[in-house]
Amino acid sequence: MDHRPQTQKQKPPSTVHRPSSATGFARAVFAITWKDLAAELRSRELLSAMLVFALLVIIIFNFAIELEPKLRPVITPGVLWVTFVFAGTLGLNRSMAIEKDRGCLDGLLLAPVDRSAIFFGKMIGNLIFMFVVEMIILPVYSVLYNLNLFIPGLLLVILLGSVGYVAVGTLLSSMAVQTRTRDMLLPILLFPVIVPVLLAAVKASGGFLQGLELTEIIPWLNLLAVYDVIFLAVAYMVFDYVVEE
Amino acid sequence: MIEVCKLIKLFGAKKVLRGMDFHAQEGEFVALLGPNGAGKSTFLRILASLSRPTAGEVRVAGYKLPGQAAAVRARLGVVTHQPLLYGDLTAEENLRFYGRMYGIGDLNTRTDEVLELIGLAPRRRDLVRTFSRGMQQRLAIGRAILHDPDVMLFDEPHTGLDQDACDMLDNVLREVAARGRTVVMTSHDLARVEDLATRFDVLSRGVITASTGRNELRGNLLDFYREALAI
Repeated sequence: MDHRPQTQKQKPPSTVHRPSSATGFARAVFAITWKDLAAELRSRELLSAMLVFALLVIIIFNFAIELEPKLRPVITPGVLWVTFVFAGTLGLNRSMAIEKDRGCLDGLLLAPVDRSAIFFGKMIGNLIFMFVVEMIILPVYSVLYNLNLFIPGLLLVILLGSVGYVAVGTLLSSMAVQTRTRDMLLPILLFPVIVPVLLAAVKASGGFLQGLELTEIIPWLNLLAVYDVIFLAVAYMVFDYVVEE
Repeated sequence: MIEVCKLIKLFGAKKVLRGMDFHAQEGEFVALLGPNGAGKSTFLRILASLSRPTAGEVRVAGYKLPGQAAAVRARLGVVTHQPLLYGDLTAEENLRFYGRMYGIGDLNTRTDEVLELIGLAPRRRDLVRTFSRGMQQRLAIGRAILHDPDVMLFDEPHTGLDQDACDMLDNVLREVAARGRTVVMTSHDLARVEDLATRFDVLSRGVITASTGRNELRGNLLDFYREALAI
Protein backbone atom coordinates (compact mmCIF):
# COMPACT_ATOMS: atom_id res chain seq x y z
CA MET A 1 0.00 0.00 0.00
CA ASP A 2 1.35 3.40 -0.97
CA HIS A 3 1.04 5.92 1.81
CA ARG A 4 2.68 8.76 -0.01
CA PRO A 5 0.66 11.98 0.10
CA GLN A 6 0.19 14.09 -2.99
CA THR A 7 2.21 17.25 -3.42
CA GLN A 8 0.27 20.20 -2.13
CA LYS A 9 2.53 23.09 -2.96
CA GLN A 10 4.37 23.66 -6.18
CA LYS A 11 7.85 25.07 -6.21
CA PRO A 12 8.02 28.46 -7.92
CA PRO A 13 10.14 28.62 -11.07
CA SER A 14 13.84 28.82 -10.31
CA THR A 15 15.45 32.22 -10.74
CA VAL A 16 18.94 30.83 -10.29
CA HIS A 17 21.28 30.41 -13.20
CA ARG A 18 22.66 26.89 -13.66
CA PRO A 19 26.38 26.69 -14.39
CA SER A 20 27.68 25.80 -17.81
CA SER A 21 30.59 23.37 -17.87
CA ALA A 22 32.67 25.65 -20.15
CA THR A 23 33.03 28.50 -17.67
CA GLY A 24 32.16 26.54 -14.53
CA PHE A 25 35.55 24.84 -14.33
CA ALA A 26 37.61 28.04 -14.43
CA ARG A 27 35.19 29.79 -12.06
CA ALA A 28 35.43 26.94 -9.53
CA VAL A 29 39.25 26.89 -9.72
CA PHE A 30 39.37 30.65 -9.12
CA ALA A 31 36.80 30.46 -6.30
CA ILE A 32 38.74 27.78 -4.41
CA THR A 33 42.06 29.59 -4.79
CA TRP A 34 40.47 32.88 -3.68
CA LYS A 35 38.86 31.15 -0.69
CA ASP A 36 42.19 29.60 0.41
CA LEU A 37 44.01 32.92 0.10
CA ALA A 38 41.28 34.88 1.92
CA ALA A 39 41.12 32.35 4.78
CA GLU A 40 44.92 32.26 5.08
CA LEU A 41 45.13 36.06 5.10
CA ARG A 42 42.97 36.01 8.24
CA SER A 43 44.34 32.99 10.08
CA ARG A 44 47.99 32.99 8.89
CA GLU A 45 48.20 29.43 10.25
CA LEU A 46 49.66 27.78 7.22
CA LEU A 47 52.15 30.36 5.97
CA SER A 48 53.53 31.14 9.40
CA ALA A 49 54.14 27.45 10.13
CA MET A 50 55.84 26.90 6.77
CA LEU A 51 57.92 30.03 7.07
CA VAL A 52 59.11 29.49 10.64
CA PHE A 53 60.02 25.89 9.83
CA ALA A 54 61.92 26.88 6.67
CA LEU A 55 63.83 29.64 8.47
CA LEU A 56 64.77 27.26 11.28
CA VAL A 57 66.06 24.68 8.82
CA ILE A 58 68.38 27.08 7.00
CA ILE A 59 69.60 28.61 10.28
CA ILE A 60 70.36 25.12 11.66
CA PHE A 61 72.20 24.26 8.45
CA ASN A 62 74.11 27.53 8.80
CA PHE A 63 75.33 26.54 12.28
CA ALA A 64 75.85 22.87 11.43
CA ILE A 65 77.89 23.27 8.25
CA GLU A 66 80.88 25.62 8.14
CA LEU A 67 81.06 26.16 4.41
CA GLU A 68 84.08 27.29 2.46
CA PRO A 69 83.00 29.96 -0.06
CA LYS A 70 83.93 27.71 -2.98
CA LEU A 71 81.79 24.86 -1.60
CA ARG A 72 78.64 26.96 -1.18
CA PRO A 73 77.35 26.64 -4.78
CA VAL A 74 77.75 22.85 -4.48
CA ILE A 75 75.94 22.43 -1.14
CA THR A 76 73.30 25.15 -1.53
CA PRO A 77 70.94 23.32 -3.96
CA GLY A 78 70.58 20.39 -1.56
CA VAL A 79 70.00 22.63 1.48
CA LEU A 80 67.51 24.81 -0.40
CA TRP A 81 65.41 21.96 -1.79
CA VAL A 82 65.37 20.01 1.48
CA THR A 83 64.09 23.21 3.13
CA PHE A 84 61.42 23.79 0.45
CA VAL A 85 60.26 20.17 0.48
CA PHE A 86 59.95 19.85 4.28
CA ALA A 87 58.25 23.23 4.66
CA GLY A 88 55.97 22.41 1.72
CA THR A 89 54.88 19.14 3.33
CA LEU A 90 53.67 21.07 6.38
CA GLY A 91 51.60 23.35 4.13
CA LEU A 92 50.17 20.53 2.03
CA ASN A 93 49.04 18.62 5.10
CA ARG A 94 47.41 21.67 6.68
CA SER A 95 45.75 22.84 3.47
CA MET A 96 43.79 19.59 3.08
CA ALA A 97 43.22 19.11 6.82
CA ILE A 98 41.32 22.43 6.89
CA GLU A 99 38.93 21.01 4.29
CA LYS A 100 38.52 17.66 6.02
CA ASP A 101 38.20 18.67 9.66
CA ARG A 102 35.07 20.78 9.25
CA GLY A 103 33.63 18.57 6.52
CA CYS A 104 34.26 21.27 3.92
CA LEU A 105 35.70 18.73 1.49
CA ASP A 106 32.18 17.32 1.21
CA GLY A 107 30.95 20.86 0.53
CA LEU A 108 33.41 21.13 -2.37
CA LEU A 109 32.55 17.65 -3.67
CA LEU A 110 28.85 18.55 -3.69
CA ALA A 111 29.39 21.38 -6.18
CA PRO A 112 28.24 20.58 -9.74
CA VAL A 113 31.67 21.03 -11.29
CA ASP A 114 34.29 18.64 -12.61
CA ARG A 115 36.07 17.51 -9.46
CA SER A 116 39.47 18.10 -10.97
CA ALA A 117 38.61 21.81 -10.57
CA ILE A 118 38.94 21.22 -6.82
CA PHE A 119 42.41 19.77 -7.39
CA PHE A 120 43.57 22.70 -9.52
CA GLY A 121 42.06 25.27 -7.14
CA LYS A 122 43.81 23.71 -4.14
CA MET A 123 47.01 23.22 -6.11
CA ILE A 124 47.23 26.87 -7.23
CA GLY A 125 46.61 27.99 -3.64
CA ASN A 126 49.34 25.67 -2.35
CA LEU A 127 51.68 26.85 -5.09
CA ILE A 128 51.15 30.50 -4.12
CA PHE A 129 51.95 29.67 -0.46
CA MET A 130 55.04 27.77 -1.59
CA PHE A 131 56.22 30.72 -3.73
CA VAL A 132 55.71 33.14 -0.84
CA VAL A 133 57.88 30.99 1.42
CA GLU A 134 60.52 30.58 -1.30
CA MET A 135 60.63 34.30 -2.01
CA ILE A 136 61.28 35.00 1.68
CA ILE A 137 63.78 32.17 2.13
CA LEU A 138 65.92 33.11 -0.89
CA PRO A 139 67.07 36.55 0.35
CA VAL A 140 67.55 35.25 3.91
CA TYR A 141 69.71 32.41 2.58
CA SER A 142 71.62 34.84 0.35
CA VAL A 143 72.48 36.98 3.38
CA LEU A 144 73.37 34.06 5.67
CA TYR A 145 75.63 32.33 3.13
CA ASN A 146 76.72 35.41 1.20
CA LEU A 147 75.63 33.84 -2.08
CA ASN A 148 73.56 35.45 -4.85
CA LEU A 149 70.51 33.25 -5.49
CA PHE A 150 68.64 35.69 -7.72
CA ILE A 151 69.76 34.10 -10.97
CA PRO A 152 66.98 33.90 -13.61
CA GLY A 153 67.85 30.27 -14.42
CA LEU A 154 67.65 29.26 -10.75
CA LEU A 155 64.30 31.03 -10.39
CA LEU A 156 63.04 29.02 -13.40
CA VAL A 157 64.17 25.79 -11.71
CA ILE A 158 62.38 26.78 -8.50
CA LEU A 159 59.23 27.52 -10.52
CA LEU A 160 59.29 24.17 -12.37
CA GLY A 161 60.31 22.17 -9.30
CA SER A 162 57.62 23.75 -7.14
CA VAL A 163 54.89 23.04 -9.72
CA GLY A 164 55.85 19.35 -9.87
CA TYR A 165 56.19 19.03 -6.11
CA VAL A 166 52.90 20.79 -5.34
CA ALA A 167 51.01 18.87 -8.06
CA VAL A 168 52.01 15.51 -6.60
CA GLY A 169 51.72 16.79 -3.04
CA THR A 170 48.18 18.11 -3.48
CA LEU A 171 47.05 14.83 -5.02
CA LEU A 172 48.65 12.68 -2.33
CA SER A 173 47.52 14.94 0.51
CA SER A 174 43.93 14.52 -0.66
CA MET A 175 44.48 10.76 -0.30
CA ALA A 176 46.33 10.96 3.03
CA VAL A 177 43.76 13.29 4.59
CA GLN A 178 41.16 10.50 4.47
CA THR A 179 43.22 8.49 6.97
CA ARG A 180 43.79 8.92 10.71
CA THR A 181 47.58 8.92 10.27
CA ARG A 182 47.59 11.67 7.64
CA ASP A 183 50.47 13.66 9.18
CA MET A 184 52.78 10.64 9.00
CA LEU A 185 51.36 9.18 5.82
CA LEU A 186 51.87 12.17 3.52
CA PRO A 187 55.70 12.27 3.72
CA ILE A 188 55.86 8.48 3.41
CA LEU A 189 53.77 8.59 0.23
CA LEU A 190 55.18 11.81 -1.15
CA PHE A 191 58.96 11.58 -0.77
CA PRO A 192 59.51 8.45 -2.91
CA VAL A 193 57.32 9.86 -5.69
CA ILE A 194 59.11 13.22 -5.81
CA VAL A 195 62.61 11.73 -6.08
CA PRO A 196 62.78 12.51 -9.84
CA VAL A 197 61.69 16.13 -9.38
CA LEU A 198 63.98 16.60 -6.39
CA LEU A 199 66.95 15.09 -8.22
CA ALA A 200 66.36 17.18 -11.35
CA ALA A 201 65.76 20.36 -9.31
CA VAL A 202 68.96 19.90 -7.25
CA LYS A 203 71.07 19.12 -10.31
CA ALA A 204 69.65 22.02 -12.36
CA SER A 205 69.96 24.45 -9.42
CA GLY A 206 73.57 23.34 -8.88
CA GLY A 207 74.28 23.81 -12.57
CA PHE A 208 73.14 27.44 -12.50
CA LEU A 209 74.93 28.21 -9.21
CA GLN A 210 78.20 26.66 -10.41
CA GLY A 211 77.94 28.42 -13.78
CA LEU A 212 77.84 25.23 -15.89
CA GLU A 213 77.08 25.32 -19.62
CA LEU A 214 73.38 25.49 -20.46
CA THR A 215 73.66 22.28 -22.49
CA GLU A 216 74.54 20.42 -19.28
CA ILE A 217 71.54 21.86 -17.44
CA ILE A 218 68.85 21.53 -20.11
CA PRO A 219 68.30 17.75 -19.69
CA TRP A 220 67.42 18.35 -16.03
CA LEU A 221 65.09 21.21 -16.99
CA ASN A 222 63.44 18.93 -19.54
CA LEU A 223 62.99 16.24 -16.88
CA LEU A 224 61.35 18.80 -14.58
CA ALA A 225 59.01 20.02 -17.33
CA VAL A 226 58.04 16.46 -18.34
CA TYR A 227 57.45 15.49 -14.72
CA ASP A 228 55.20 18.55 -14.26
CA VAL A 229 53.12 17.73 -17.34
CA ILE A 230 52.79 14.04 -16.45
CA PHE A 231 51.70 14.64 -12.88
CA LEU A 232 49.30 17.45 -13.75
CA ALA A 233 47.70 15.10 -16.30
CA VAL A 234 47.61 12.17 -13.86
CA ALA A 235 46.04 14.33 -11.14
CA TYR A 236 43.44 15.64 -13.61
CA MET A 237 42.46 12.07 -14.49
CA VAL A 238 42.48 10.40 -11.08
CA PHE A 239 41.43 13.10 -8.58
CA ASP A 240 37.74 12.17 -8.85
CA TYR A 241 38.52 8.58 -7.80
CA VAL A 242 40.96 9.65 -5.07
CA VAL A 243 38.38 11.75 -3.22
CA GLU A 244 35.40 9.46 -3.72
CA GLU A 245 34.35 7.19 -0.86
CA MET B 1 11.83 12.85 -7.75
CA ILE B 2 13.93 10.19 -5.93
CA GLU B 3 13.80 6.55 -7.04
CA VAL B 4 15.97 3.93 -5.41
CA CYS B 5 15.71 0.28 -6.34
CA LYS B 6 17.51 -2.68 -4.71
CA LEU B 7 20.32 -0.48 -3.41
CA ILE B 8 23.26 -2.35 -1.91
CA LYS B 9 26.28 -0.72 -0.23
CA LEU B 10 29.22 -2.69 1.07
CA PHE B 11 32.11 -1.38 3.15
CA GLY B 12 34.60 -4.20 2.76
CA ALA B 13 32.70 -7.30 3.84
CA LYS B 14 30.15 -5.32 5.83
CA LYS B 15 26.78 -4.91 4.12
CA VAL B 16 25.32 -1.55 5.21
CA LEU B 17 22.42 -1.33 2.74
CA ARG B 18 20.84 -4.64 1.73
CA GLY B 19 18.67 -4.14 -1.32
CA MET B 20 16.93 -0.98 -0.13
CA ASP B 21 13.94 0.44 -2.07
CA PHE B 22 12.93 4.07 -1.59
CA HIS B 23 10.76 6.59 -3.43
CA ALA B 24 10.03 10.25 -2.80
CA GLN B 25 7.67 12.30 -4.91
CA GLU B 26 8.03 15.97 -5.77
CA GLY B 27 7.19 18.16 -2.76
CA GLU B 28 7.27 15.34 -0.22
CA PHE B 29 9.04 15.79 3.12
CA VAL B 30 10.26 12.33 4.10
CA ALA B 31 11.65 11.64 7.57
CA LEU B 32 14.04 8.71 7.47
CA LEU B 33 14.13 7.17 10.92
CA GLY B 34 16.24 4.37 12.30
CA PRO B 35 18.71 3.37 14.98
CA ASN B 36 22.42 4.20 14.86
CA GLY B 37 24.19 2.10 12.25
CA ALA B 38 21.03 1.45 10.24
CA GLY B 39 22.59 3.05 7.14
CA LYS B 40 20.75 6.40 7.09
CA SER B 41 23.83 8.58 6.60
CA THR B 42 25.30 6.14 4.08
CA PHE B 43 22.05 6.30 2.12
CA LEU B 44 22.07 10.12 2.10
CA ARG B 45 25.73 10.15 1.04
CA ILE B 46 24.84 7.93 -1.93
CA LEU B 47 21.95 10.24 -2.88
CA ALA B 48 24.36 13.18 -2.60
CA SER B 49 26.84 11.42 -4.94
CA LEU B 50 29.50 11.44 -2.20
CA SER B 51 29.58 7.65 -2.13
CA ARG B 52 29.15 5.08 -4.90
CA PRO B 53 26.49 2.40 -4.62
CA THR B 54 27.84 -1.15 -4.76
CA ALA B 55 24.75 -2.31 -6.67
CA GLY B 56 21.23 -1.14 -7.42
CA GLU B 57 19.67 1.78 -9.22
CA VAL B 58 19.51 5.34 -7.92
CA ARG B 59 17.80 8.24 -9.70
CA VAL B 60 17.50 11.76 -8.36
CA ALA B 61 15.49 14.42 -10.25
CA GLY B 62 15.48 12.06 -13.24
CA TYR B 63 19.25 11.67 -13.36
CA LYS B 64 21.03 8.39 -12.71
CA LEU B 65 23.78 7.98 -10.13
CA PRO B 66 26.72 7.74 -10.28
CA GLY B 67 26.78 8.33 -14.07
CA GLN B 68 25.08 11.75 -14.07
CA ALA B 69 26.39 12.93 -10.70
CA ALA B 70 27.14 16.51 -11.76
CA ALA B 71 23.56 17.01 -12.99
CA VAL B 72 22.24 15.59 -9.71
CA ARG B 73 24.51 17.82 -7.63
CA ALA B 74 23.21 20.93 -9.43
CA ARG B 75 19.70 20.07 -8.21
CA LEU B 76 20.62 18.99 -4.72
CA GLY B 77 21.11 20.82 -1.41
CA VAL B 78 22.72 18.95 1.47
CA VAL B 79 22.84 19.80 5.19
CA THR B 80 24.68 17.52 7.61
CA HIS B 81 25.50 17.84 11.30
CA GLN B 82 28.77 19.43 10.13
CA PRO B 83 28.14 22.89 8.67
CA LEU B 84 30.58 22.57 5.71
CA LEU B 85 31.53 26.22 6.27
CA TYR B 86 34.88 27.99 6.55
CA GLY B 87 35.43 29.54 9.98
CA ASP B 88 37.91 32.12 8.69
CA LEU B 89 35.47 33.53 6.14
CA THR B 90 32.47 35.73 6.95
CA ALA B 91 28.90 34.49 6.48
CA GLU B 92 28.63 36.50 3.28
CA GLU B 93 31.99 35.27 1.96
CA ASN B 94 31.00 31.65 2.60
CA LEU B 95 27.78 32.09 0.63
CA ARG B 96 29.53 33.94 -2.17
CA PHE B 97 32.19 31.21 -2.37
CA TYR B 98 29.60 28.45 -2.68
CA GLY B 99 27.59 30.65 -5.06
CA ARG B 100 30.60 30.80 -7.40
CA MET B 101 31.06 27.04 -7.12
CA TYR B 102 27.44 26.59 -8.24
CA GLY B 103 27.70 29.25 -10.96
CA ILE B 104 24.90 31.40 -9.59
CA GLY B 105 24.23 34.39 -11.85
CA ASP B 106 23.17 37.40 -9.76
CA LEU B 107 25.17 36.43 -6.70
CA ASN B 108 24.75 39.71 -4.79
CA THR B 109 20.96 39.58 -4.94
CA ARG B 110 20.79 35.88 -4.15
CA THR B 111 23.18 36.18 -1.20
CA ASP B 112 21.06 39.04 0.22
CA GLU B 113 17.86 36.98 -0.22
CA VAL B 114 19.29 33.94 1.52
CA LEU B 115 20.81 35.91 4.41
CA GLU B 116 17.41 37.55 5.00
CA LEU B 117 15.62 34.19 4.83
CA ILE B 118 17.87 32.57 7.44
CA GLY B 119 17.90 35.68 9.63
CA LEU B 120 21.63 36.30 9.46
CA ALA B 121 21.67 39.53 7.44
CA PRO B 122 22.80 41.62 10.46
CA ARG B 123 25.77 39.24 11.01
CA ARG B 124 26.76 38.94 7.35
CA ARG B 125 30.24 40.44 7.87
CA ASP B 126 31.11 38.41 10.96
CA LEU B 127 33.51 35.47 10.78
CA VAL B 128 31.72 32.12 10.92
CA ARG B 129 34.01 30.91 13.71
CA THR B 130 32.40 33.53 15.99
CA PHE B 131 28.91 32.08 15.34
CA SER B 132 27.02 29.83 17.74
CA ARG B 133 26.29 26.26 16.64
CA GLY B 134 22.69 27.24 15.85
CA MET B 135 23.74 30.18 13.69
CA GLN B 136 26.24 27.99 11.84
CA GLN B 137 23.50 25.46 11.15
CA ARG B 138 21.20 28.19 9.80
CA LEU B 139 24.02 29.40 7.57
CA ALA B 140 24.57 25.78 6.47
CA ILE B 141 20.93 25.70 5.34
CA GLY B 142 21.51 29.00 3.56
CA ARG B 143 24.48 27.43 1.77
CA ALA B 144 22.37 24.44 0.79
CA ILE B 145 19.43 26.46 -0.64
CA LEU B 146 21.60 29.09 -2.32
CA HIS B 147 21.31 27.49 -5.76
CA ASP B 148 17.56 26.86 -5.32
CA PRO B 149 17.75 23.05 -5.42
CA ASP B 150 14.80 20.79 -6.20
CA VAL B 151 15.84 18.18 -3.61
CA MET B 152 17.11 18.79 -0.08
CA LEU B 153 18.88 16.20 2.09
CA PHE B 154 19.21 16.81 5.83
CA ASP B 155 21.37 14.44 7.86
CA GLU B 156 20.47 14.90 11.54
CA PRO B 157 20.44 18.71 11.32
CA HIS B 158 19.33 19.14 14.96
CA THR B 159 22.45 17.43 16.37
CA GLY B 160 24.18 19.59 18.98
CA LEU B 161 21.58 22.38 18.94
CA ASP B 162 19.84 23.77 22.02
CA GLN B 163 16.04 24.09 22.24
CA ASP B 164 15.84 27.64 20.86
CA ALA B 165 18.22 26.85 18.01
CA CYS B 166 16.17 23.72 17.16
CA ASP B 167 12.95 25.77 17.06
CA MET B 168 14.57 28.35 14.83
CA LEU B 169 15.96 25.59 12.58
CA ASP B 170 12.48 24.04 12.33
CA ASN B 171 11.07 27.36 11.12
CA VAL B 172 13.73 27.52 8.42
CA LEU B 173 13.00 23.87 7.50
CA ARG B 174 9.29 24.68 7.14
CA GLU B 175 10.18 27.62 4.87
CA VAL B 176 12.38 25.31 2.78
CA ALA B 177 9.62 22.69 2.47
CA ALA B 178 6.90 25.30 1.79
CA ARG B 179 8.61 26.16 -1.49
CA GLY B 180 7.68 22.74 -2.87
CA ARG B 181 11.10 21.11 -2.56
CA THR B 182 11.46 17.40 -2.02
CA VAL B 183 13.06 16.89 1.38
CA VAL B 184 14.62 13.79 2.92
CA MET B 185 15.71 14.19 6.54
CA THR B 186 17.28 11.69 8.91
CA SER B 187 16.70 12.27 12.60
CA HIS B 188 16.49 10.61 16.00
CA ASP B 189 14.17 13.34 17.30
CA LEU B 190 10.74 11.84 16.65
CA ALA B 191 8.82 14.70 18.28
CA ARG B 192 10.35 17.23 15.91
CA VAL B 193 10.03 15.25 12.68
CA GLU B 194 6.41 14.39 13.51
CA ASP B 195 5.53 18.07 13.02
CA LEU B 196 7.73 18.60 9.98
CA ALA B 197 7.50 15.54 7.71
CA THR B 198 4.66 14.39 5.46
CA ARG B 199 5.92 10.79 5.40
CA PHE B 200 7.89 8.58 7.75
CA ASP B 201 10.12 5.73 6.61
CA VAL B 202 11.96 3.46 9.04
CA LEU B 203 15.33 2.11 7.95
CA SER B 204 16.54 -0.88 9.90
CA ARG B 205 19.41 -3.25 9.10
CA GLY B 206 19.81 -1.79 5.62
CA VAL B 207 16.21 -1.93 4.36
CA ILE B 208 13.03 0.14 4.76
CA THR B 209 10.89 -1.88 7.14
CA ALA B 210 7.88 0.46 7.34
CA SER B 211 6.50 3.57 5.67
CA THR B 212 3.47 5.73 6.42
CA GLY B 213 2.08 9.14 5.55
CA ARG B 214 1.39 11.61 8.36
CA ASN B 215 -2.36 11.47 7.66
CA GLU B 216 -2.33 7.67 7.74
CA LEU B 217 -0.39 7.46 10.99
CA ARG B 218 -2.41 5.57 13.61
CA GLY B 219 -1.44 6.49 17.16
CA ASN B 220 1.80 8.34 17.70
CA LEU B 221 5.04 8.19 15.76
CA LEU B 222 6.94 6.53 18.60
CA ASP B 223 4.62 3.48 18.54
CA PHE B 224 4.89 3.26 14.76
CA TYR B 225 8.69 3.46 15.02
CA ARG B 226 8.91 0.75 17.69
CA GLU B 227 6.66 -1.56 15.70
CA ALA B 228 8.75 -1.00 12.58
CA LEU B 229 11.96 -1.87 14.42
CA ALA B 230 10.38 -5.06 15.74
CA ILE B 231 9.71 -6.31 12.19
